[in-house]
Amino acid sequence: MTALFDINQLLDELEKGLRRILAERGIEDPVLIGIRTGGVWLADVIGKRLGVAEPFGELDISFYRDDFSRIGLNPKVMPSSLPFDTEGRDIILIDDVIMSGRTIRAAMNEIFDYGRPASIVLATLIDLGARELPIQPDVVGSSLALEAHQRIKLRGPEPLSIELQESGQ
Amino acid sequence: MTATDPSPNHLQLTRDGQLRHFLTLDGLGRELLTDILDTADSFIEVGERSIKKVPLLRGRTVVNLFFESSTRTRSTFELAAKRLSADVLNLDINTSATSKGESLSDTLLNLEAMASDMFVVRHSQSGAPHFIAESVTPGVAIINAGDGRHAHPTQAMLDMLTIRQHKSRFDGLKVAIVGDVLHSRVARSQIRALNELGAEEVRVIAPGTLLPRDVENLGCTVEYDMSKGMKDLDVVIMLRLQKERMEGALLPSEREFYRLYGLSQDKLALARPDCIVMHPGPINRGVEIESAVADGPQSVILNQVTNGIAIRMAVMSMAMGGQMAERQQKQIENEGIRA
Repeated sequence: MTALFDINQLLDELEKGLRRILAERGIEDPVLIGIRTGGVWLADVIGKRLGVAEPFGELDISFYRDDFSRIGLNPKVMPSSLPFDTEGRDIILIDDVIMSGRTIRAAMNEIFDYGRPASIVLATLIDLGARELPIQPDVVGSSLALEAHQRIKLRGPEPLSIELQESGQ
Repeated sequence: MTATDPSPNHLQLTRDGQLRHFLTLDGLGRELLTDILDTADSFIEVGERSIKKVPLLRGRTVVNLFFESSTRTRSTFELAAKRLSADVLNLDINTSATSKGESLSDTLLNLEAMASDMFVVRHSQSGAPHFIAESVTPGVAIINAGDGRHAHPTQAMLDMLTIRQHKSRFDGLKVAIVGDVLHSRVARSQIRALNELGAEEVRVIAPGTLLPRDVENLGCTVEYDMSKGMKDLDVVIMLRLQKERMEGALLPSEREFYRLYGLSQDKLALARPDCIVMHPGPINRGVEIESAVADGPQSVILNQVTNGIAIRMAVMSMAMGGQMAERQQKQIENEGIRA
């Protein structure tokens, strides 16, 4: 386990990138949706930094995963909770790590079952590459290539920190 | 687990303890029952969305195989399967091939040939879903929707979900089941679930003629006098008087039954003031329950119906998931042997 990143620096990057994109697109009243678990912690922090007063949404994508037919249902599924109407809204979708892109595909499918948003901006704290789908984040805190035996994990919610795990140790 | 394992879990659980059929609550531990309730909680949220559908069982075929008529159970199973995006076939066997002389095994073989992935079975014979689960092609999940006097596990679990919603716990709860326990498969499953989840006391209140001979062995106390039995209750579950299952006269009259065991406002007043009233439906107003109670503020009877959809979605997706995970596991093992 190694402290690899300065979390505040990554959060600064995310905030800066999001402010830039929101300004470019003329979005004044966004809502945040975090993907469980790490994305929810980030939605809380980033929402406060951006001054979004509306409560953020929490998404559990277990019912939308594309590997259900391989591994079955996640027994620890929690209810998703979107405390606002998504119809016509500008959404900031946040997750801690993006890799294959499958989680984001599932999350977008789920969001559309609540209504048709006006737009979705994707923000992830860390981009690990290794994409399997044509899905790219609009804003990232940092990009990183891991060795095969390495895993990365966001710890939280208070304080947030990033942990690099070496398997086989 | 060996081939001689007498536990029904040999049949309904995968090697790593996931559900693959749902036949009975016997042998299912508190952790798995709690997982079912938690998963159902998430499905309740799906039922509140504008699009009440998730893609879990997309492309799967669910056959509702009802050898005995039912409106509520069949329609909530159908809705549950559709909200999981499955294709649903409803077969009312009374009016189909068996009346032309086809055997149960042949009916099943034909349905399997249509590439069905799940059978939801209701049968008047105890053990019919077990029999089907034993003989069905691997990969096909069997869900018990009520068999004879034996079990009705999804009804019991939706009742547990309703109790947890209103009481937020099972520890310390006093629950009574009132009425026709003898003919009730629901009561057996409820007693089993309440004990496993940690209720303080499960009480059955009924005349001796409507109690099974081994009733105390089920894990409950017995009370013949309803006025005494209502004391300190947190939950009262009324059972339907199953007139269609009565052989001979077990009752003096419906009016007499209502006077002694019907839930009136007066009797309900003897329980705790926040006692909730449940009934699996269909209710016989004025036979088991007074209308003012069934429609009153303590009644959660319609919550039970809504929760029935969520519980059935949970059980169906968990069993289908278990079947698919098992198939995947076997494939990996077979490749390992070949390599």
